[in-house]
Amino acid sequence: MMSLTRYVIAALEGPDVVHGPTSIFSPEGTPAHSIFGLSVLVLAVTLSIFLVVGGLMVYAIVRYRFRTQDGKAHEEPAQIYGSNQIELSWTVIPILIVVMLFLATTRVIFSTQHAVKPASALDVTVIGHQFWWEYRYPKLGVVTANELHVPISDPSHPTPTYLALSSADTDHSFWIPRLAGKTDLIPNRVNTMWIDPHTAGLYLGQCAQFCGAQHAKMLLRVYADTPEEFAKWVQHQQHPAEEDPGAAEGRAVFQHNACISCHTVAGTVATGRFGPDLTHVASRDTIASGAVPNNAANLRTFVDNPNHFKPGVLMPPMHLNDHDLDAVTAYLLTLK
Amino acid sequence: MATHTSMNATLVETETAAPRSSALAVLHDWITTVDHKKIGLMYIGSSLLFLVIGGVEAIVMRIQLAIPNNTFVSPQSFNRLFTMHGTTMVFFVGMSILFGFGNYLVPLMIGARDMAFPRLNAFSFWCTLFGGLLLYFSYLGGNGLAGAGSAPDVGWWAYAPLTARPFSPGHSTDYWTLAVLLSGVSSIGSAVNIVATVVSMRCPGMTLSRMPLLVWLYTVMSMMAFVTVSPLTAAQIMLMLDRYLGSHFFDTQAGGSAVLWMHFFWIFGHPEVYILVMPAFAFANEIIPVFSRKAIFGYPAMVAASVGIGFVSLSVWAHHMFTVGMTAGGNTFFVLSTMAVSVPTGIKIFNWLATLWGGKIHFTTPMLFSIGFLFQFLVAGLTGIMLGSAPFDWQLSGSYFVVAHFHYVLVGAILFMIFAAFYYWYPKMTGRMTNETLGKWHFWLFVIGFHLTFDFMHIPGILGMPRRIYTYEAERGWMIWNMIVSCGALVQTAGTLVFVYNLVWSYFKGPAAGPDPWDAWTLEWSTPSPPPSYNFGIIPVVESRRPLWDLKHPEDKDSHYE
Repeated sequence: MMSLTRYVIAALEGPDVVHGPTSIFSPEGTPAHSIFGLSVLVLAVTLSIFLVVGGLMVYAIVRYRFRTQDGKAHEEPAQIYGSNQIELSWTVIPILIVVMLFLATTRVIFSTQHAVKPASALDVTVIGHQFWWEYRYPKLGVVTANELHVPISDPSHPTPTYLALSSADTDHSFWIPRLAGKTDLIPNRVNTMWIDPHTAGLYLGQCAQFCGAQHAKMLLRVYADTPEEFAKWVQHQQHPAEEDPGAAEGRAVFQHNACISCHTVAGTVATGRFGPDLTHVASRDTIASGAVPNNAANLRTFVDNPNHFKPGVLMPPMHLNDHDLDAVTAYLLTLK
Repeated sequence: MATHTSMNATLVETETAAPRSSALAVLHDWITTVDHKKIGLMYIGSSLLFLVIGGVEAIVMRIQLAIPNNTFVSPQSFNRLFTMHGTTMVFFVGMSILFGFGNYLVPLMIGARDMAFPRLNAFSFWCTLFGGLLLYFSYLGGNGLAGAGSAPDVGWWAYAPLTARPFSPGHSTDYWTLAVLLSGVSSIGSAVNIVATVVSMRCPGMTLSRMPLLVWLYTVMSMMAFVTVSPLTAAQIMLMLDRYLGSHFFDTQAGGSAVLWMHFFWIFGHPEVYILVMPAFAFANEIIPVFSRKAIFGYPAMVAASVGIGFVSLSVWAHHMFTVGMTAGGNTFFVLSTMAVSVPTGIKIFNWLATLWGGKIHFTTPMLFSIGFLFQFLVAGLTGIMLGSAPFDWQLSGSYFVVAHFHYVLVGAILFMIFAAFYYWYPKMTGRMTNETLGKWHFWLFVIGFHLTFDFMHIPGILGMPRRIYTYEAERGWMIWNMIVSCGALVQTAGTLVFVYNLVWSYFKGPAAGPDPWDAWTLEWSTPSPPPSYNFGIIPVVESRRPLWDLKHPEDKDSHYE
């Protein structure tokens, strides 16, 4: 009953086709803005065509319907086989419309794909995995997962973020609707795209290319920080988390189990790369690639049985006893 | 006059009542038949079966997606459902129902007694039926009935490297590959057969410029199928080589190319949409003139537009790949070719409009479905222009907007015309009229359900909902739209049940149809309903595009104007 009430409330708040956390019609970055501009033009043209052609169809269907009370009901109507002039006119007019739309489209393609990369641009390498995101900042020496931090870009002093996208396994697609269109992550291939959020905040999205069992919960979170916040975040990420002596037991559990063959915790023996980097896992808002909030209870459940939140996830259940589970959870929470 | 004699000759013929044969004899007759009409009916029957199965899969998916965080089916089952739904609907419903109608109608409309290669025809049908059964055997085979078996779960595009053995162990992908391979062999066989039939079996007087438009469109469709199904079939063989013989065409872990598969798939996949829609155009070209009581407007332009679509549609495939990181120049080329298709497509819509104009429109069930088709195809074309504009596609690609767009084509245009074709030719195939009241119930239920489902499905796409996700978060604002979409699916189901009931009821209780219930103009209406196995007692001779119009209006023959 509770959940039903919640759905009804969500349904009443829902009907809004413009706004929304992932609406393509509320752009907050240059690529999304220029696409929005183009889409308004295309929508206006296609709507006009629909009204004209659809209107003529309605008129023809109503005006030329068969009427039994018509005096000539039994006669066939005049047979008209065609007209070259008319055919020519409805060939030429669509061609002109197509040329106009083509030119407008080409302009946006080139302005997005051939934009000049400023020296102040930030580089991030994005690697798609089943079913999470790896982010590497090669010039800053930062590696993180699932929550991408980028600086906001002031149009007068642009600091866009250039993403080099590739995949470790299957195809994925990076899509933050309010910032830019999507670009696929394809193994053996490096694609690029750029984003430049104008205002600070959290931008959501998710994998847009089917990539396996948990494609649905391969969620994207992009944090656009002010320059000061971003500098602070980078500085924090560049150093390993401070060792908490209170978590020594959990650290031992972590390091003596299979955890370290897949996960990295900088400054320790854990150097696996198959799963997300956990150096600062406690500083992230979510776990399991955005599937659930990051708190002690969820972390513990996830370590115990990752399939609980994401059936089909590649991390195996760790089969730890309750004591070890509590210890390892406490340790992970110290990785701030 | 030759046509006249042939018509009288066929009309006076009566089938001597054969003694009632045993069920086994009937079964033997159908299994061994090479009669194009029986093969056509078997194609149609098997497609209807698969249509129901694919429809049930759609309903289950819509129940799962109606509310956020639903657990009606597991993620893995959901992935299997959309893979099976897409594969079934495209290969084992769309292709086979359209080849079924083509098989039945093309020889009758060109005054022939059978297809050019009757045994190839039977081979094609049994091949595709076996492919469909193999696809569904995957639910039982492999891991068996425990769990969900090993049905394919890679999406109907089966993008590499998800199909490589590390990501798809077991045999689910093999079932998919072999089923699609069989369907491909069948389609190529049927395509060759239709082209050969049209080239070599036309009755005297039926020049290319007098062929019914349906036959023209089936010819173009078959040529396209021949050109584009071949690369798909080749790609299936390459995938099998990758999986079992250690080749590396698509195996990215050994340096293969995922993008190569995309090219192979879409150079088939996009023309495939036109292969499926050409027969829908074909039905519209026959049905709209008959119920407007006017000749088709601009026959030469319609032929030219169809051939034009056939050629241009072979150069648009990479518009499915605007997000894979093509160069700006590459993207620009595919924007231009994609938008260019809208010109011949527009010509078709305008010619249908001009055919309605000045006519006397009878709102029979087939005509109602055709009118629905006209509006829905117009909308589908316009959303296609939006998707053809590459940057707009960077946002919409892979979202529910795309799902709505292509269902507008596949359901709103193609399925509506298939329903129209059922109501229009059912009297010819069975000798009985369908029930008009039930037909109208079917139409109105289906049109309401269709618009509830697919109009509102565009919106979650705009709001950022990707396709192929088994669930979503409540906070995204997608719930209300998904709920409406799911409700629409139920209304469509109700419409479909009325349709099936109508088919069964009419077969036993429908009034007798006679040879020409619609007062139509093409040759199939000159022979009894259902036609005898040899189709025509005497091969007809035609003098115009509308031989039966000439017969009925000797004072105003079409042949005077050609």
